[in-house]
This record gives sequence, C-alpha cells and structure tokens, in this order.
Amino acid sequence: MDWLDLLIRVALGLVVISVVMGVCMYSVLAERKVSAWIQGRVGPNRTSLPIIAAIPVVGRFLTRLGIFQPLADGGKFLFKEDVIPAHVNKIYFVLAPIIAFVPALVTISVVPFGQYFDAAGAVKTLILANVDVGLLFIFAFASLGVYALVLSGWASNSKYPFLGGVRASAQLVSYELAMGLAVLPVFIWINGPGASGSLSLVRIVEAQHNWWFVLTQPLSALVFVIALFAETNRLPFDMPESETDLVGGYHTEYSSFKFGFFFVGEYANMTVGACVITLVFFGGWHPLPGFDWIEVAGMTGWAWLATGIPGALIAFATFAAKVVFFLFFFIWVRWTVPRFRYDQVMSIGWRRLLPLAIANLIVCALGIAAIDRFL
Amino acid sequence: MATDYTFPENAARAASAEPAEFETEKLSISMGPSHPATHGVLRLQLELDGETVVKCDPVIGYLHRGDEKIAENMTYNQFVPYTDRLDYLAPLANNVAYALAVERLARLELPPRCQAIRALICEMARVSSHLLGVGVYGMDTGAMTIFLVTFTEREKLYNLFEELTGARFTTSYTRIGGMSRDIPDGWLDRVLKFCEGVLPVIDEVDKLLTRNRIFLDRTEGVGVIPKDVAIAHGLTGANLRASGVAVDMRKDKPYLGYEQYDFDVPVGTKGDCYDRYLVRIEEMRQSVRLIRQIIATFPGGAWYCEDAKRIFAPKKDKILTSMEELIQNFMIVTEGPQMPAGEVYFEAENPKGVLGFFIHSKGGGVPYRLKIRSPSFSSLSVLPKVAVGAMVADLAAILGSLDFVMGECDR
Repeated sequence: MDWLDLLIRVALGLVVISVVMGVCMYSVLAERKVSAWIQGRVGPNRTSLPIIAAIPVVGRFLTRLGIFQPLADGGKFLFKEDVIPAHVNKIYFVLAPIIAFVPALVTISVVPFGQYFDAAGAVKTLILANVDVGLLFIFAFASLGVYALVLSGWASNSKYPFLGGVRASAQLVSYELAMGLAVLPVFIWINGPGASGSLSLVRIVEAQHNWWFVLTQPLSALVFVIALFAETNRLPFDMPESETDLVGGYHTEYSSFKFGFFFVGEYANMTVGACVITLVFFGGWHPLPGFDWIEVAGMTGWAWLATGIPGALIAFATFAAKVVFFLFFFIWVRWTVPRFRYDQVMSIGWRRLLPLAIANLIVCALGIAAIDRFL
Repeated sequence: MATDYTFPENAARAASAEPAEFETEKLSISMGPSHPATHGVLRLQLELDGETVVKCDPVIGYLHRGDEKIAENMTYNQFVPYTDRLDYLAPLANNVAYALAVERLARLELPPRCQAIRALICEMARVSSHLLGVGVYGMDTGAMTIFLVTFTEREKLYNLFEELTGARFTTSYTRIGGMSRDIPDGWLDRVLKFCEGVLPVIDEVDKLLTRNRIFLDRTEGVGVIPKDVAIAHGLTGANLRASGVAVDMRKDKPYLGYEQYDFDVPVGTKGDCYDRYLVRIEEMRQSVRLIRQIIATFPGGAWYCEDAKRIFAPKKDKILTSMEELIQNFMIVTEGPQMPAGEVYFEAENPKGVLGFFIHSKGGGVPYRLKIRSPSFSSLSVLPKVAVGAMVADLAAILGSLDFVMGECDR
C-alpha cells in the first residue's frame, strides 16, 4: 500500500464521518419536524443564516424547513457551560460520552453504501473496509455502547442516573441475544454447505439481488427490528432515559458538549441501525424486491442505468432512501406509542423475543436443509 | 399519612419478587418537588428495593398559600379570584362552587338563566380539565402525542373562556348572587361548534390508547384502589367512581338544576389506573351531552338575583345615574355583600372530585372562618397505600391517573 492509497483512504474516511455526522444532525431536525407534523405543530422554523435568509424564495423556504436549526443546536452545545459536578468520578464521567459516540462511528466503516460495474466490468463496492466479518464487527462494536450508559450512570454518583445505568445494562445485554439469533438464519442461507463462509455485509446484500430477506424470512426481520429499537434506546424501549420517571436517566448530570455527545451518539446508533436493517433484510442497494435490477435494466434496454456512474448513483440513492425511511420509521414509532415498564421490557426480551428467535432459527434451519436436500 | 396497610395482591407481588437469599439495601430517593411525573410541586420520599417501591411518603405543602386564612381577611367577592387558583385547571367550576356556597348562606334563589350559565361553564370546565388530565396521563405513560392532541382542543375552550370572561386561565367569572356579565352574542353557537369538534378528538384519543397493548400493560391492574379503601380515604369524583362507587353530587344532591338534564354517571369495576382513564373519557362525552341539553333549553331572563339588594352590585349605568344605586354599589364594594350569621357547607362535583366550602359567618361582608375541602388532597392521601409494591414507572401512571392539582391540595 503506497502513500497515495493511504491518503485517499484517510480522506474517504473523513468524508464518510462528516456525512454520518451530517445525517445525525439532520435526523435530530427530522425528529423535531416529524414529531411536530404528527402532533399538529410547526416545529423549528426561525433559525436562519443572514446571507441565505436574504435570498427571496429559497431562503425563506429553507428557513421554514428549519434547515439551519442543527447548526444552532450544535453551537449551543459548544458554548454552554460545561458543568462537572463535584461528586462525580471524573475519569469515567468524561470517558462515558466518548464511548457513547465512538463505536457508532467505527461501525460505519464496514457498512457498504452501494455497488456498481466499472468500465472493465468488475464489481466495485462503495465501502471503507470490506471486512469479511462485517456484521460481527458491527455487533461487537455496537455492544461497546452499553459501557457508555453504565459508566455514565455509575460515574455520575447520583441516584436517577444510577437507576438509568442499571436499566441500560440489563436491557441492552438481553436484547443483543435476540438480535444475534435473528440474523443467524440469514447466514445459514447465504453460506451453503461446502462453500467458504462469510459474514460480510456485501455478501449478504449480493444474496438479495432477487428476493429480499424480509420476504423470505419475515419473522427474523420482525425480531431484528424490535431488538433494534431496544438496542438504540428508542421508545417504546427507552428505559435508560425514560424522562417521566427517571428525569433524564443516565445523562441527568451531563451538560454542554458532553450531553451533545450522548445526544448525537443516539442518532448515530440509529443511523447505523437503519443501515444494518436495510442491508441485512431490505435488499441494501437493490431497488426492486423480487426482480434482479440489472436483468430488468438489461431487458428494457436501459442497461447503462445499471453500470458505471449512473449505476453507482442509483445504487447509492436506493440505499439512502431505504435508510431515510427507516430513520423516519424510528421517529414515527417514537411519537405514536406509549412506553413499556422496565420489567415488561425484560419479560418481552427474555420470554417472548428470545423463544421466538430460537424457534425461528430452528424452523429456518430445517427449511434451508430441506431445500438443500430436495431442490 | 400512615403506611401500615398493604394490599393483598401487592404484598403477594412483593413477596414473589424478592427471593430471601441475599440481603438487599433499600435505596431512598426523593422524587420531586421538581420532577416531570409529579405534576407541579409534589415531593415523594421513596424507599426502593431495586425498582419496587417499599415505602412512599408524599410531602405536600410546597404550594401552600394560606387561602383559608386569606379568606378571613377579605370580603366574599374579593375571594373569588383566589378560588381560581385552587384547581387552576378548572377555575370556572371553582368560582361556581364557592359562589353557590355563599349564596346558600345568604339563602338566595338564583334565576334559571344564571343557573344554566353556571351549569354550562361547569361542564365546559370539566371537559377542559379532563382533556388535560387524560393528555398528561398519556404523557406519563410515554405517549407524548396524546398530550398535544388534547391540548389543541383545550386551546379552543380557552378561546371560548376568553370571550366569555376576558381571561383565559384565571377567569373569576362569578359574583355572589350572579355573574360578572351576561354571555356574549352568538357564544352558545360557538360552544355547540366546539362540542362537534371535541367528540372526534375524544374518539381519536380512544383509538390511540384504549386498546393499545402497551397502554393496557402499563395501566391494567396497576394502582388498584378497592371500594372500601376509596371510601375510607374520602376519594371523590372520577377516582371514586372508577372504584365502583356511583357517587356524583350532580345526581345525589342536585344543584344548578342538574336534575332536569339527562346524563349517565360512568362507574368503573376494578379501580385500577385503566378504569380511572376510562371513566374520565366517558365523563367528557357525558359533559358534551350535558352542554348540548343545557344550550337546547337555555332560559332567558335575568342572569343575576334582582332582589338581592345588599349582595349583588347594580348595573353600571344605574350607578352613574341614580343615587340609590350609587350608595348600594359603594356599600357592597367597601363592606362586601352582607351575609346573615350562620354556618353552611356546600359541595359541588368538580372535575377533580367534590370541592366543598364550609363557611362560618358572624354576619357582615367577611367570613369568620372558611374551610376548603379539596378533592386532590383526599386523592393524594391514598397514594402511600397504592404505591407500595408498584414499580418506579408505575408511580408515574398512578400519579397521572389520580389527576390531582397541587394548587388545590396545598391551598
């Protein structure tokens, strides 16, 4: 690997991180706008930049859309007083927000954004690091996120954050089991007997060029989505911070940019979660369920749409649209349903979701074995 | 408030939850006075075993203003604005309850139009209070959107209140012996229009919550108040009726001509949080039914007692043109409405429960002693018993379902 290659990779990494940060900032805006829409309110519509606000129609439209609100929010987080209470354990108190934020950014490096054929006809994947253990890598790093909640709850040395931390550790550990079991049938499907195994996300998406896994394994997808809600601390499973009984939960004692890290970290986790569900169950960058896009394009004489730059753009746009839909779905659910109680969350995780995931795994394994033998 | 009594089902739950293999330490935690679930300035001193509440002591008095003592130092009319601040979610109903108590002391007979106006605003206040109660209850269980859905309707009610009384929040609409003014032209039609709009919203809340699995999990069997405990603690209003006791002052001791209207009193069976929610939803529908009947039979005539010369101030144009009325107005403003000596206790069915006023008068324009029986205080008194064995998150649901107001509890 020469220096130029390394430089390009670093630059690409920075680009991806800034895009993900942008998505996080704007999913905060989306949360506020969508909740306003659901609740019959207006949402943020005042924040503006002096130059852009002067543009006749567009500036006004962008302001009404609240497009500059994330800048103001970020600025506010930066310039507020950063209070570190006297009673906290300082090292862990400072460490916790970092841990909340970093795993989400690390996991994005193995997420593929699209695929296309270059001029020579070789398959190119838009990905930072095509690791062979892609999904395992994501699970491993995402589960580090629980340390952020536990550490912040513990280091705050205060009762409400403590309860939040206890809830977080129990909840996140429980739902990881169901989540892992939900994706196992997918791996059994793509790793046929005798073939060399792979957990790569690219491989998973390529296996869905025709039928998405949500169509062939709907139960796995359902269990995965529910577990994902619990893993990202979204309502109805937002036990660690449920504000009606724990005030702010684990981040009660945090202020300024440290709170901002928790806040953006939650949305970064949500974004990665939306990417993963899109890739594993909803066909990644394949636009049509049930049809191979490249074949369809070839048959209708639009083959140039599936190759080169247009192919890359369409693949990326498809992927982005699906991710945005899932982000919207997360927000939609949050503002519609009430919150579970802590013991109910645990009971759902262990007594409903886990048996369901195991049963689903057995049924899928038997089904796949039968297909292998008789078809 | 003693916590010596434990509920059989709660005790069983507490026993099954805790295997006696290892010693656990209780966590004592203070919930409030500034906490999202405590609706104002209630403080709960909790002792937790894990997430289970072992002991719950409500600490009240953060909003104590000494209303009863204040009443002894001012004339009867001057106390009307203070009643706004009791249950500040239904000030119109408080005004009416207080005015009725004083008028009973003065043995005034209200003209039918005045009674109809008062009954109408009482029912509107009930809808307003229950809309907020149900909305906040939804928010306590995590359903934020319910709150904004109901609050939007409440804004429309406030617009009507503003048009009627000149104020949106603290209305001070009644006077002893009448109202501060007549209803504006076309106002009744706008109230009817509001009624048409509010019923679909109640149905919408019904659709979002009543059969919602998560809401059912959070409220069914939570915070059960059996019939005998509810009676022993003096619970009233929707909280009592949810426990299966069909007591409603509008039916049992009719006032303001409630006996001429046709309405049902919804009653619960189990007395849990879910029943209290259902009772409130149905009471809103019954209130709308009442509002429609009252408007359909709205009487004409005077909207104040014309024969109460020493109690109700005369019309403004008369004061400016006639000597007799000028003196009468002067006496009522400076010395207060003149009451006979005696004692009276009157209780009205307010949105939060039975609001009672006990007045001891030694004659003249100022009460010797005024005692307020506030329903929120009684509702809160049952909390130490209900909360034991519940989880921390249940507390939010229980507090929301009891629908109390600290302004009334602390007085």
